[in-house]
Amino acid sequence: MNKKTLQRIRRVLAAIFFLGITLMFLDFTGTLHKFLAWMAKAQFLPAVLALNFIVIALLLILTLLFGRIYCSVICPLGVFQDGVAHVHNWAKKNRHTFSKAHNILRYIMLGLFVVLLIAGVNSVAVLLAPYSAYGRMVQSLLGPIYQWCNNGLAALSEHFHSYAFYTKEVWMRSLPTFIVAAVTFVVIVILAWRNGRTYCNNICPVGTFLSFFSRFSWFKMHINEEKCIKCGLCTKNCKSSCIDGENGFVDYSRCVTCGNCMAACPKGAIEFKHAAAKPAPVETFHETSLQTDENGNKMGKTETVDTSKRAFLIGSAVAIGTAAFAQEKKKVDGGLAAIEDKVTPVRTVPIVPAGAGSLQHFRTHCTGCQLCVSQCPNDVLRPSTELLHLMQPVMSYERGWCRPECTACSDVCPTGAIRKLLKEEKAVTKKGQAYWISQNCLVVADGISCGNCARHCPAMAIEMVPKRGDATGRLLIPAINETRCIGCGACEYVCPARPLSAIVVEGVEQQRTI
Amino acid sequence: MKDISRRDFLKLLGAGTVATAATMAGCQNKDGDLNLRGTLQPQKGQMTYRTNPNTGDKVSLLGFGMMRLPVVEENAPKGASGREAKSAPIDQEMVNKMVDKAIEYGVNYFDTSPVYCQGRSEKATGIALSRHKRDSYYLATKMSNFAPGTWPREESIKMFYNSLKELQTDYIDYMLLHSVGGGQDGMEMLRQRYYDNGILDFLLEQREKGVIRNLGFSYHGDVKVFDYLLSRHDEYKWDFVQIEMNYLDWHFAHEIEAENTRADYLYNELAKRKIPAVIMEPLLGGRLANVPDHIVREMKEREPERSVASWAFRFCGTFPDVLTSLSGMTYMDHLDDNLATHCPLKPLTQEELDFLEDIAKKIYDLKNIPCTACQYCMPCPYGLDIPGIFTHYNKCIKEGNFAKSHEDSEFQKMRKAFLVGYDRSVPKLRQADHCIHCGACTMHCPQRINIPEMMQKVDEYVEKLKQGTL
Repeated sequence: MNKKTLQRIRRVLAAIFFLGITLMFLDFTGTLHKFLAWMAKAQFLPAVLALNFIVIALLLILTLLFGRIYCSVICPLGVFQDGVAHVHNWAKKNRHTFSKAHNILRYIMLGLFVVLLIAGVNSVAVLLAPYSAYGRMVQSLLGPIYQWCNNGLAALSEHFHSYAFYTKEVWMRSLPTFIVAAVTFVVIVILAWRNGRTYCNNICPVGTFLSFFSRFSWFKMHINEEKCIKCGLCTKNCKSSCIDGENGFVDYSRCVTCGNCMAACPKGAIEFKHAAAKPAPVETFHETSLQTDENGNKMGKTETVDTSKRAFLIGSAVAIGTAAFAQEKKKVDGGLAAIEDKVTPVRTVPIVPAGAGSLQHFRTHCTGCQLCVSQCPNDVLRPSTELLHLMQPVMSYERGWCRPECTACSDVCPTGAIRKLLKEEKAVTKKGQAYWISQNCLVVADGISCGNCARHCPAMAIEMVPKRGDATGRLLIPAINETRCIGCGACEYVCPARPLSAIVVEGVEQQRTI
Repeated sequence: MKDISRRDFLKLLGAGTVATAATMAGCQNKDGDLNLRGTLQPQKGQMTYRTNPNTGDKVSLLGFGMMRLPVVEENAPKGASGREAKSAPIDQEMVNKMVDKAIEYGVNYFDTSPVYCQGRSEKATGIALSRHKRDSYYLATKMSNFAPGTWPREESIKMFYNSLKELQTDYIDYMLLHSVGGGQDGMEMLRQRYYDNGILDFLLEQREKGVIRNLGFSYHGDVKVFDYLLSRHDEYKWDFVQIEMNYLDWHFAHEIEAENTRADYLYNELAKRKIPAVIMEPLLGGRLANVPDHIVREMKEREPERSVASWAFRFCGTFPDVLTSLSGMTYMDHLDDNLATHCPLKPLTQEELDFLEDIAKKIYDLKNIPCTACQYCMPCPYGLDIPGIFTHYNKCIKEGNFAKSHEDSEFQKMRKAFLVGYDRSVPKLRQADHCIHCGACTMHCPQRINIPEMMQKVDEYVEKLKQGTL
């Protein structure tokens, strides 16, 4: 084997995964995820949360065979760091040094991560998780740039009367998530620029977990003492800082099988092979359970819906919102009436995508990677700004509603937080319940007949009934059949009352089929 | 002369594009003479005129409608006119230029109203025309007291004097009761706008005094109102009447919208009484200039040098009792083309009239929404872009992007063109799904379109495309 072969194979595979995942996050047309969704599902932590035993087993076998090659090929954050470090290498070659493993730090991090996940404090835990951190960076930082470029192309294609590109509105879905993504980006870039895989070696819970297995991997980097001239080039080219060339020691718990040392070695003294190697001195491996799911469900404290609280919120909503825009007296022809933006109502229970099952299940499984947010074609999903569930997607209907033909979020979710649904299943899954706020309704406030909510309800859950006390008998108000409402938000979206709709959807704790 | 024609030609094709340059070069090589518009070059002094039997006015057969005036482009959505773009100011410089050119080529009838272009048309018209001698043109404006707030006598009178002020004149050549026959109940509306408040008498008085030289009415909708006003012709002595007439409405107006009246009936009723007819919507708001490709082909086979629009104007001009055809021209190339058609107008032969009847049948069969984008319905209080939605719908029909079922051979292409094009031409929050069926628009529609019903039709079609249930 040529000394550079392993490095080349690794680079090609890494490029495929990295580009695939990045493009999937960027593509908003719903095209690429059909071909690439498996790349997200092959990520370790999502697979664990989804209890995807096949993927877990395959990844563990992979690690037991080749070491932490997962970290340098499949993990997009790992590849991203390699990229950053590589750029620095152009300027300054042979700059890495060996360092000792900071075992205490990384075990604390892993332990903390597991505890937080089990405790259901996902918003903090997922700050450490590699795949979702990368997803947030792409969605929040690169996404807008990609969409602006797309919009440029859309303008061009409109100019040439082509329908090849369409405009995608760029909007800030959640400021906190954007800030988290930006900070993550800066921290990761600085760490990777200076010392390569500092994050992977010290913080990444997946890396630390895989390190327990990589120590025992069948194939490993071996320094052939006979060929080695102790030149130290391997050490200087190891972005994991895990080769002590002087002493012929490789820390397999940190080696990500990138092959850079092999490529750098002038004597071909490093071989990737199976050998009866003496195991590195490590502490005994205590089994650490990551079976969050089973525990998670039991842990859940049931949130009770306080109806009086809802009444209060709806009441305050009325206070802020006027019934509708004043119907200007039409005197001249033409022009467009101004449309006031809708504001997001305060929802007592957040609405989460169909397929989430229970709110509890959703919250303990979602890593906030933003893949579903990036795929939502109707601008319904956005990261939550609620502190405990920060970055986990919630739904709101100011810009669109959850359309019946779309299952994009459930198609892509790699963690099983949103389970895969068929269109037909989605159409009958109740994810929320619409409530009528009479004071905001045009029929009540202005005496205008409307019925737009009823006309657009895909579940036939709204019927217009005569308004009591209306002498003319012509005014009809919406009557919502709770057993039919699926919480899709069509009514809320098309409601003419602004800035707050007169029909508002609340989430449900437990989704169900109606 | 050669220079002008070259410039006009470039303008027509969108000057500056490489393609145009190439075409130019090609033409230049072919015949060095550059008479690129062939017979279509309008000839000065060749405008066709019609004589008003009452006043002897010699009126140009092409009248300038001041309803779709251009706006300053950088502030406006592409292709918008003063009626659509609220923020964008009227492009007064361009209006002046167009008016100057129109007058230079013999156009002498200018038709405006206090409500056109969001109330900005009269002022712009006044500015442009005041630069010319008052006796070199005829001014037409209207009593546009649609809003109930303008029904009281003093309010309507105020509107009249305001028109004089905006138009910078002390007399109106052609004054109209604006769009009678509209509203839920046409007769009732007529009574409220012109009888109960004595405004009709006021206008008749002004005619006596000479402040109004000709009095007439424009009509859309309820035929009872048309018949009633004509039945009292002996009393009022209408000097002219403005009707909607074109080769599509000639026979099909009633089929297209049950409440509308065939144009042949309207015209013949006027001709019987020797009342000159002023024609509005000769092009149906541009729809008759913008027809499917196969119809373009048929027209071009017969008259390769004439525009599609020219057929519609020649149709109207063929009838001897037509005083003038009003064209709401937004761009200089509209004016150029219309001048070419009218300087002089070549009437249609019987065989050509038959051909147009056949074309009318084909256009009728397209089942367009009969919107002329006149914007009378606008602004919709709920923010919808009503004409924008209908125009997009009709455009897709015209371009063959209207799928009948998902089994159509090019369904995916049609679906994309409809949905992507929809978002491009109408912002999401102004689309058909936001129509609440309040019906505020319906009474304003001169074409009597049941707008909420049509909105639902468009919305249901969109839903079928999106849900894949077509």
